[in-house]
Amino acid sequence: MSTTPLTKKDFQTDQEVRWCPGCGDYAILNAVQQVFPELGVAREKFVIVSGIGCSSRFPYYMNTYGFHTIHGRAPAVATGVKLANPELSVWVVTGDGDALSIGGNHLIHAMRRNIDLKIMLFNNRIYGLTKGQYSPTSERGKKTKSSPLGTVERPFMPACVAVGTECTFVARSIDVQAPHLKSVIKRAHEHRGTAFVEILQNCNIFNDAAWAFMTEKDVREDQQLVLEHGKPMIFGKAKEKALRLRGLALEIVAVADVPESEVLVHDETNRALAFLLSQIGPPFYPTPIGVLYSVDAPTHDEGVTAQLDEAIEKQGPGDLAALLNSGDTWVVK
Amino acid sequence: MSTTDTHAAPQREIKTTEASAVVVRFAGDSGDGIQVTGNQFLTTSAVLGNDIASFPDFPAEIRAPRGTLPGVSGFQLQFASEDIFTAGDTLDGLVAFNPAALKVNIKDLKPNGVLILNEEEFAERDLVKAGYAKNPLEDGSLAKFSVFKVPITTLTRRALEGTGLSSKETDRSRNFFALGMTYWLYNRPMANTETWISKKFKGEVAQANMTALRAGYAYCEATEAFHERYVVPPAKAQPGKYRNISGNSALAMGLVAAATRADKPMFYGSYPITPASDILHELSTYRRFRVTTFQAEDEIAAVASAIGASYAGNLAVTGTSGPGLALKMEAINLAIMTELPLVIVDVQRGGPSTGLPTKTEQADLLQALFGRNSDSPLCILAPRTPGDCFHVAFEACRIAMTHMTPVIILSDGYLANGAEPWQVPKVEDLPPIEIHHPTEPEGFAPYRRDERTLARSWAIPGTPGLQHRIGGIEKQDVTGNISYDPENHEHMVRTRQAKVDGIAAEIPPTQVHGAPSGDVLVVGWGSTYGAITAAVNACQAKGLSVSSVHVRHLNPLPADLGDVMKRFRRVLVAELNLGQLRMLLRARWLVDAVGLNKVQGRPFTRAEMQERIESMIAGRETT
Repeated sequence: MSTTPLTKKDFQTDQEVRWCPGCGDYAILNAVQQVFPELGVAREKFVIVSGIGCSSRFPYYMNTYGFHTIHGRAPAVATGVKLANPELSVWVVTGDGDALSIGGNHLIHAMRRNIDLKIMLFNNRIYGLTKGQYSPTSERGKKTKSSPLGTVERPFMPACVAVGTECTFVARSIDVQAPHLKSVIKRAHEHRGTAFVEILQNCNIFNDAAWAFMTEKDVREDQQLVLEHGKPMIFGKAKEKALRLRGLALEIVAVADVPESEVLVHDETNRALAFLLSQIGPPFYPTPIGVLYSVDAPTHDEGVTAQLDEAIEKQGPGDLAALLNSGDTWVVK
Repeated sequence: MSTTDTHAAPQREIKTTEASAVVVRFAGDSGDGIQVTGNQFLTTSAVLGNDIASFPDFPAEIRAPRGTLPGVSGFQLQFASEDIFTAGDTLDGLVAFNPAALKVNIKDLKPNGVLILNEEEFAERDLVKAGYAKNPLEDGSLAKFSVFKVPITTLTRRALEGTGLSSKETDRSRNFFALGMTYWLYNRPMANTETWISKKFKGEVAQANMTALRAGYAYCEATEAFHERYVVPPAKAQPGKYRNISGNSALAMGLVAAATRADKPMFYGSYPITPASDILHELSTYRRFRVTTFQAEDEIAAVASAIGASYAGNLAVTGTSGPGLALKMEAINLAIMTELPLVIVDVQRGGPSTGLPTKTEQADLLQALFGRNSDSPLCILAPRTPGDCFHVAFEACRIAMTHMTPVIILSDGYLANGAEPWQVPKVEDLPPIEIHHPTEPEGFAPYRRDERTLARSWAIPGTPGLQHRIGGIEKQDVTGNISYDPENHEHMVRTRQAKVDGIAAEIPPTQVHGAPSGDVLVVGWGSTYGAITAAVNACQAKGLSVSSVHVRHLNPLPADLGDVMKRFRRVLVAELNLGQLRMLLRARWLVDAVGLNKVQGRPFTRAEMQERIESMIAGRETT
């Protein structure tokens, strides 16, 4: 392959992108195409695996290896890809319905195993491709085609599910905030093990402005808590608000009213803190974005590879004739 | 070790009777070590050079309540100096560890058959649990058998006195005492089992089992009541090296052999399910062959991960039983659509639903063929004997990788757990499997096809310049781009069909067992091979005009099968379902085939097969 640095153009395909005009997926595609050339990975080493849904068309628009699989099963297919060839950089693109409803089992088990997959969940809180039914992240009471009187189901908070599975990397970002999104994607790539990234994404056709309460320019500072490891959790237009711990809960305080030592400092490695942060949001709290949790732990794929290597080292490479002749044998003359 | 007078010459006349074939069944509680005992007898007989066949039959419950009828576990085996094809219809010998085992199995024992009973298990409450109103040891109901009432518990405890083991512990060696008795009775050496015990157990447990085995043998040697022994000389087999093998084990080895001959790492994705789990267990010990086993979170993930591994260039296999196959179907269709090699092992069991998890059946053929949305052809193969599982597994892998298609192997519970002597193949006799992965970007297209096989190219991630996308949406041929074009869809549906149909060109001519034409042709597939062959042989020996054909390639079917069937006046399709292959044969060739069908969770007996054939020939039966 050419040794000239890769560019965004290298990751574009000749396929016509068929998302609705104005869809948040365009922004995410753009961010990924910008980040991938910077990761130092050869283009042929990327594999993007998706399930079913609007977001899952993603692989067709990336000039890498891609596999558009079936509804909910992308993490399972990606697991097979990664175990078969651990040298590949394997990414999963999925949505709130694909990952948390029909594919919930595969998602939680991939995260539990800590297999080295990068999972990007585009959360638009609606079923788009099937034209507007409520999803497992739709807010209670939401009126949709399949819930004309309002849904009576309680929603999942994807990041909270991820922390619950002991996923070793949990982050959240937003489709329209490209610099932040790109930095989170980069962090996900650098993480060893399963990296789960919830990307808040707007479906302008079936659930327009679902995230406007926190993405509109005039409310961003008040509604977003931008997490940075080792930095105090301060937010607000004038950086006037902060979080502090009260008992087992988070509390919003005025920076002016409390000593600096009482303001919570973000610690990515603190799972209890990540669990608290993964659950907060409107109407009382800002929504945390950035890396909620990141720890180093043994990965599934490394464990599998180590067992193969160790077996070959200890027993020698498999000898088929010896295998066939194992057990009690006898000779007929 | 205490030396008993094991080999002291008995002071009595002992008659030795030579037999060409003997059928023995061990039966007791599922915790009595019945399967171990049966397997030891089987292996010893195999090593002695007998032809062998076995039929383990155990309950789905791990430990059903002791002494009850549902808890009875059985292990039947036939050992012979001639070619045998089944584990036998009726028993020459029965070892029953308790009244429940007696009650369940006595109907299969021949008149004058040897019946060994542990008389100490026939107390009032044992009889009640087994539903006996009167004690069968006393009511004369066993008069037509050659009964040996033996205090096995006491004798075992006595033999193990001074070992420091509790009676609860010594009782665990009772099965070895009984095994020792049968070794004396049927003239088997103990050496093979002694070696096995010393490998399998440690310390005082190994010692106890060894002592119990020898004590059982010595007991018969020393006891007046035992005055007849049976000898079954070695069978004449083709020269070569043999081993005893079960279907699941042969299947696992066949997969590894194919991976080795294709020079490919292998991936096995599976979710535990009876009776397929042993394949997962065995493959998980083959890491040195670059075999990755993945115990998935469910059946769907098991097949989906295998599809991912196939996409990434591994030989990919998933294994399950009927209920699991149902769950895998959507993903199998993805492999059909993306034209990826995939081997799916279905060790069939009684159904529908959970059905009879530990019992055998052949009722997944139509599921395998048609249980997916749309026209979705794939290849289906069925092994006929435990040892044949090896060759079918190898062939399935070859077809999958050279034709870029999923292949379903239909094994079943009877093959999986049954065992037979197996001539160990030579590695150099196994054909190499040649696979081509494209590496040249110039002119590459993911759905460009081989002219002969119509297989698309298998370009694997990591290959520079060949980045491409595949998926479940309909593809334009050659480019692989998404296409909703009506003509292209029809072209692709027909191409996928033609690709699978084309495999028929590689199927060898149908072998007819017997004359190439005649009155009756028995057609079978899968594990019924033994019973069909035994019955057809018996009919042929009587001069009846009967032949048989055993179908290995169930999809596509052998092209010449229709012509073969036309050369017979009547066609009888024997299968352990309500007529699935029969329906396919009738549909394809308009042949007026009739069926012999049985769905009891048990294999055919030779006798019932033979009876049906004879009644057809005698004209007692019309279509």
